[in-house]
Amino acid sequence: MRRRRPKLAVWKFASCDGCQLALLDCEDELLALADAIEIARFPEASRAAVKGPYDLSLVEGSITTPEEAQRIQQVRRVSRVLVTIGACATAGGIQALRNFADVKAFIALVYAQPRYIDSLARSTPIADHVRVDFELRGCPVSRHQLLEVIGAFLAGRKPQTPASSVCLECKRRGTVCVMVARGTPCLGPVTQAGCGAICPAYDRGCYGCFGPMETPNAAALGGRCAELGLSRAALVRVFRTFNAGAEAFRQESEAHERPHDQG
Amino acid sequence: MSGRTIKVDLLARVEGEGQLYVRVKDGAVADVRLKIVEPPRFFEALLRGRDFREAPDITARICGICPVAYQMSAVHAMEDALGVTVGGSLRALRRLLYCGEWIESHALHVYLLHAPDFLGYPDALRMAKDHPAIVQRGLRLKKAGNAIMRLLGGREIHPINVKVGGFFRTPSRAELAPLADQLEQALDDARETVRWTASLPMPALDLPCTFVALRHPDEYPFNEGHIVSSGGLDIAAREFDRHVHEEHVPYTHALHSTLDGAGPYLVGPLARYNLNGDRLAPAARQAAAGAGLGAVCRNPFQSIVVRAVEILQACGEARQIVASYEPPDRPAVDVPVRPGLGYAATEAPRGLLYHRYEIDGSGAILDAKIVPPTSQNQKSIEDDLRRFVTAHLDLPEQELQWRCEQIVRNYDPCLSCSTHVLRLEVDRP
Repeated sequence: MRRRRPKLAVWKFASCDGCQLALLDCEDELLALADAIEIARFPEASRAAVKGPYDLSLVEGSITTPEEAQRIQQVRRVSRVLVTIGACATAGGIQALRNFADVKAFIALVYAQPRYIDSLARSTPIADHVRVDFELRGCPVSRHQLLEVIGAFLAGRKPQTPASSVCLECKRRGTVCVMVARGTPCLGPVTQAGCGAICPAYDRGCYGCFGPMETPNAAALGGRCAELGLSRAALVRVFRTFNAGAEAFRQESEAHERPHDQG
Repeated sequence: MSGRTIKVDLLARVEGEGQLYVRVKDGAVADVRLKIVEPPRFFEALLRGRDFREAPDITARICGICPVAYQMSAVHAMEDALGVTVGGSLRALRRLLYCGEWIESHALHVYLLHAPDFLGYPDALRMAKDHPAIVQRGLRLKKAGNAIMRLLGGREIHPINVKVGGFFRTPSRAELAPLADQLEQALDDARETVRWTASLPMPALDLPCTFVALRHPDEYPFNEGHIVSSGGLDIAAREFDRHVHEEHVPYTHALHSTLDGAGPYLVGPLARYNLNGDRLAPAARQAAAGAGLGAVCRNPFQSIVVRAVEILQACGEARQIVASYEPPDRPAVDVPVRPGLGYAATEAPRGLLYHRYEIDGSGAILDAKIVPPTSQNQKSIEDDLRRFVTAHLDLPEQELQWRCEQIVRNYDPCLSCSTHVLRLEVDRP
């Protein structure tokens, strides 16, 4: 008798849809994947939905409304294993830039019809709200890493995703260091590997879309980028993009905002 | 039965989250609402104070399905503000990248999101059980589009190689060459796609609306052209705000658009085809004629055929650009930093995408306005639902609901896009 296929669910919160699209971008693997795992709930791909509980839930997006804050609790309840995918789900995403705004003034100033909108003052990662079993980084996630996570789940092992920096991937790819050779500011030394070091291979510095690596020395990199000519305002922006809410990047961006700090 | 309600709490096989609500009272449609419930992400507010060079990377994050469209509208608007023109091979490479996105996005919609409705499947994975060769052809096409995005953009979703003035790095001839074989196969697949979509059972519906698209003197429109309408409008992108009005309505998180004198209007493949059919390459025009598309197509269900024709058009263009490519001297032209106001409209797979930016002398963005295709189409989609339900009140509940969902999917709506740019407007007394 054929073993019951595990049930997969995909959930979306505030996001651009790109990370769940990465699943549909597995053109060579998609049909085989659907044989190995039952795609039980994936609204972007199917109007049929199988009832929970689900064995594996992939969660995209950050929490930005009171409704989302409630819904994620329900998602956790119906999920045996919950994996967050992408910078929104793991760090609050680009929409976490609102976290740095003066929220009271922001809300007082805003919109044509503010009463229609119910939005939280901060965009927060899923792990701030519920227990998360594994976090997959990236803006967007890497298709290969996404398949690795699902494959590891099916095999009952831990996903293998590197905790090292993008620098290591540049070395492996044979890319000459853009910061050393050309003086191009690059977040590679503090950014978690996983993308394959794409930006330096295209002659630009890494902009940190996979978020901080384990134990990054962001302050040292910030200092070096200042020597290369980045103003304090530019340094704030450099660390404040798609992973602005990730702790190490948040601290470093704030360090350059403080008027009397060094670095 | 005098009252009846069709309600879909989570529209499937669209990008992003939306709801559908149709209320019928005394045998007539009393209310139709396409509710886009995606939470607002306030991009236009977030862009304020950012450097103008960051706009392509930041606005790409509005939509994971059409990031290139956002990058293209952003760089063209910035270049307009700074008085920069990008021509020659750099311009050709931008078109190539856009071809990649059109092929990927249209193949995704035609095969994985839209076709299952015509054949009665809940999704393409179940459709693949009965029609494996068809779904595999769609995946192959999608992969060809993604191959262009990956090679030229660095990756499929949120490409990293686009900048104001050009690219960070341009490929050599040898690097582009491998795309040629893949595009040959894609052309065959695209021709077959036009034939196959034309054979699908097609509900009848006639859309009496105004179509709006870009029009270029001699190209099928991607990056450049005037904004024209089937009602005789002919304006430059910088005049868009004077003719298109946005309204904040209570039940949806995306602003509704209306056109001066015409009210609701439609952008996207049908509009492009109806206004630019004469700009299609001969192969695409022949395929369209062979599929039975007239000079004007007003049936939104047939948008699946028009998308197939546009896939063929994009594959042909891409092949031509690859074949005639000469690497530019430099990957980007110089861009001066100065204060300015810039406008651009380009053709996203789903239709016209308008950006406007104001920047100061340090290059900081003072103000941003973005009008995505799906918010422009909202009113037309609702009109369309109203008309269809009125004519088909006799259909069984489940079938009517499915048809209503299909009508929304006819427009390939991107709900993530449409909401995520909801503007924060200052409302001072």
